[in-house]
Amino acid sequence: MTLLRHTPKDITERSALTINPAKTCQPIGAMYAALGVRGCLPHSHGSQGCCAYHRSTLTRHYKDPISAGTSSFTEGASVFGGQANLLQAIQNIFTIYEPDVIAVHTTCLSETIGDDLNQIADKAQQEGKVPEGKYVIHASTPSYVGSHVTGFSNMCTGIAKGFGRKDTPKTGKINILPGWVEPSDMEEIKRLTSMMDLKYILFPDTSGVVNAPLLGEYHMFPDAGAKIEDLKEIGGSKGTVALGETASGPTARYMDTEFKVPCTVLPLPIGLRATDRFIDTLRKVGGRNVPAVIDNERGLVVDFMSDMHQYFHGKKVALWGDPDQLVSLVEFLRDLDMLPVHIVTGTPGKTFEKRIAAIMEETKMPVPYKLKVGGDMFLMHQWIKNEPVDLLIGNTYGKYIARDENIPFVRHGFPILDRQGHQYFPTVGYKGALRLMEMILNVFLDKADRESPEAKLELVY
Amino acid sequence: MKPAIFEQRSKQIVQKREGDEFSIACNRDSLAGAVSQRACVFCGSRVVLYPIADALHLVHGPIGCAAYTWDIRGALSSGPELHRLSFSTDLREKDVIFGGEKKLEAALLELIAQHKPNAAFVYSTCIVGIIGDDVGAICKKVSAATGIPVIPVQSEGFKGNKRAGYEAACRAMMQLVGTGDTSGISPLSINILGDFNLAGEIWIIKEYYERMGIEVVATITGDGRVGDLARCHGAALNVVQCSGATMDLAKMMQEKFGVPVIRASYFGIEDMSKALYDVARHFQDKDPGIMARTAALVKEELSVLLPRLAELRKDLEGKKAAVYVGGAFKAFSLVKCFRHLGMKVVVVGSQTGTEEDYKELAAITDEGTIIVDDSNPLELARFVKDLDVDIFVGGVKERPIAYKLGVGFCDHNHERKEALEGFVGMINFAEEVHRTVMSPVWRFTPRRRGSLQPVTALDAAACASTVSPEPAKEAAS
Repeated sequence: MTLLRHTPKDITERSALTINPAKTCQPIGAMYAALGVRGCLPHSHGSQGCCAYHRSTLTRHYKDPISAGTSSFTEGASVFGGQANLLQAIQNIFTIYEPDVIAVHTTCLSETIGDDLNQIADKAQQEGKVPEGKYVIHASTPSYVGSHVTGFSNMCTGIAKGFGRKDTPKTGKINILPGWVEPSDMEEIKRLTSMMDLKYILFPDTSGVVNAPLLGEYHMFPDAGAKIEDLKEIGGSKGTVALGETASGPTARYMDTEFKVPCTVLPLPIGLRATDRFIDTLRKVGGRNVPAVIDNERGLVVDFMSDMHQYFHGKKVALWGDPDQLVSLVEFLRDLDMLPVHIVTGTPGKTFEKRIAAIMEETKMPVPYKLKVGGDMFLMHQWIKNEPVDLLIGNTYGKYIARDENIPFVRHGFPILDRQGHQYFPTVGYKGALRLMEMILNVFLDKADRESPEAKLELVY
Repeated sequence: MKPAIFEQRSKQIVQKREGDEFSIACNRDSLAGAVSQRACVFCGSRVVLYPIADALHLVHGPIGCAAYTWDIRGALSSGPELHRLSFSTDLREKDVIFGGEKKLEAALLELIAQHKPNAAFVYSTCIVGIIGDDVGAICKKVSAATGIPVIPVQSEGFKGNKRAGYEAACRAMMQLVGTGDTSGISPLSINILGDFNLAGEIWIIKEYYERMGIEVVATITGDGRVGDLARCHGAALNVVQCSGATMDLAKMMQEKFGVPVIRASYFGIEDMSKALYDVARHFQDKDPGIMARTAALVKEELSVLLPRLAELRKDLEGKKAAVYVGGAFKAFSLVKCFRHLGMKVVVVGSQTGTEEDYKELAAITDEGTIIVDDSNPLELARFVKDLDVDIFVGGVKERPIAYKLGVGFCDHNHERKEALEGFVGMINFAEEVHRTVMSPVWRFTPRRRGSLQPVTALDAAACASTVSPEPAKEAAS
């Protein structure tokens, strides 16, 4: 493929640029998080293009309508500040689209010119632009800091700030921060928590919002997402279970400090042991026994692992994506006796490298591995050219490498623009572990069936 | 029911009435807060320049602008594919504070050394306009050091809408035009402007022109090359498709080099034929045989097209379409295309049309057709429902809205997978429309259940045992 002739095997140090990014910018994460509040219209305080790009990307990923407003910055707004645009936007949005909440996030433009969302939101309130019983929440999401995951996290904190209150009467519920996962994953996390017989408030909750059923109507605000009346009670919960350090950790700690709701931050429950930890934490925080049904689901995962362990053994894997996903995936791959040898995340952060190192050490990784924080897909391709792998796991942008190098490819993460399934089937929990193993195994065995010599074509695996 | 429009937008929505003076408000800035389907200046520049395949396209800004425009458009190249990679200076907080000029220079030097492009385009994004990097100066410096044209594209997102981005792209291309050698170019020669070679469309059109005996000097920008742009002022005529994207370049070339301009559309039977005949007419003094050759070409193509169209039309007769596209010029062609399928366009709009465009649209549409500028999802959904359309033609953000309402969809934008231009494109279009309008899936959606064939005894028996009474009520409504 001529496209890929542009990736040379020789790796030279690049000082000033990113080629084929393994991340994107904060605002899209804020938009996704805001969609997980019922009746909420995300609002991009910046130029029109930002909003259009985020909506298009989310639409391509979910195949569902994604609505969001924009302050539609002009040259004037960029000189005199975007306050007038945002005030006008707030008024227009409440008048015509009638959301319950507007969740405003900034962009590189509005951050740099110094717009203060706190002050603008207050002014909107004072000027009566926010109708009774409606809300404007906000988060600062400069595109030149962190990555899309940072933006998601910042909006989660924006939601907690916007609705949570100190001294809320105790409810006995548990807050669950699912992290940046698919709507199907959020559904699965809710199912497991319900099976543990716990009352919970999960936010954000995009299940049913970005994977809505076709019922013949277009609703700008589907009847799904975290409810405002629940969000107002997060300060009264007896604990927070936060999934994913990068996406959920900061919000959990904010609620701990502000509302005195103690938190446990866990890796995303992807894979066997990470799900074990999640269930065990629910057990402890909620004071419940684990029901037999959940034990059985776990048993199926171990059953699959044992049935097929010889096919997983020793396979080299290259994976890229967001830190929270990668930490759990790497552990699961090691538990499957696989070798994650190339790991790239575009998201900057200090702890990621250490956490991967700890997993590698604990699981006695028998071969060296490469890891790059703030890396890109160009580097990943170069690594693979130098040390080939048996499997790729990551978002759609791996398809060029998969095609060029003929490597089996399991799509996981954001965005997935060319396959279906992530909206409907989880990869978290025990069910999710089964699905991951099925996907991984199938791409290996399909390749073997396609490419093995006729005489060696095996009927039974 | 509350009308799904802003009061301020009411002048941007007009219903055609025979005898009424047509007037519409358009080319306005979008209302703050509107869930507009529009994009920004950068987006406009990026889509126009993107298909130039042997150029380096470096996005100077935070990562998002590059990430969202990485290989999103199927603009095919017959050779190099450097345009399909995503290059970004990935500006961070310290760059925003101290400026990104050093980073930009280093990135350009590294990339040019690595990929040896024939030119480089450097896109300014919002933030670059604010922090005040002197992109022009860096480009000049790097150009001097590397010996290739390094061209700044002034595409700061907030400086207008997509149209302003087209203009910026044209100004950037104009820096290349006129720098190449024009010797050996045929007197019967054209440039194809305003086509991006989605699904290989420009190759179809180019082949028609070549069959007519015309040399195509540059394809702008689909399957574009820096060298072709440099010498394209040597062509005898610029044929410009699409109302917005490259018209400015043609105007600049007319002014500076005296290259005449004609407009064309390659969608549908009339417009495709007209495009070829217009070009033939332009050259008939130089080549008297050209009209006859063109007529033969059109006849040959139609002999394949018309029988197939007649077949498809049988099923589509009387169905209704809604059209919402980027540029109005495409809308003109679509209105005519649907007539050939026996279908009626009941609502038509664009993101970037001018008053002139809309007047022309009003002239060719039927009585009662709704004409709309810069619409939003609620409005669009309302039109689809109230007018009971069978197919929506639009882009990526409109597709799932149509589907949620239980209506067929055709992507006539970046994400089309099949060539829709040319005579063969008309067949593809008709087949795509047929495939989606006639899909069995709509039988399972509430909107169409009412108009279903009566259930058979077998269906009824199956339903009785499995389905609760609610869906039946819905069907009746």
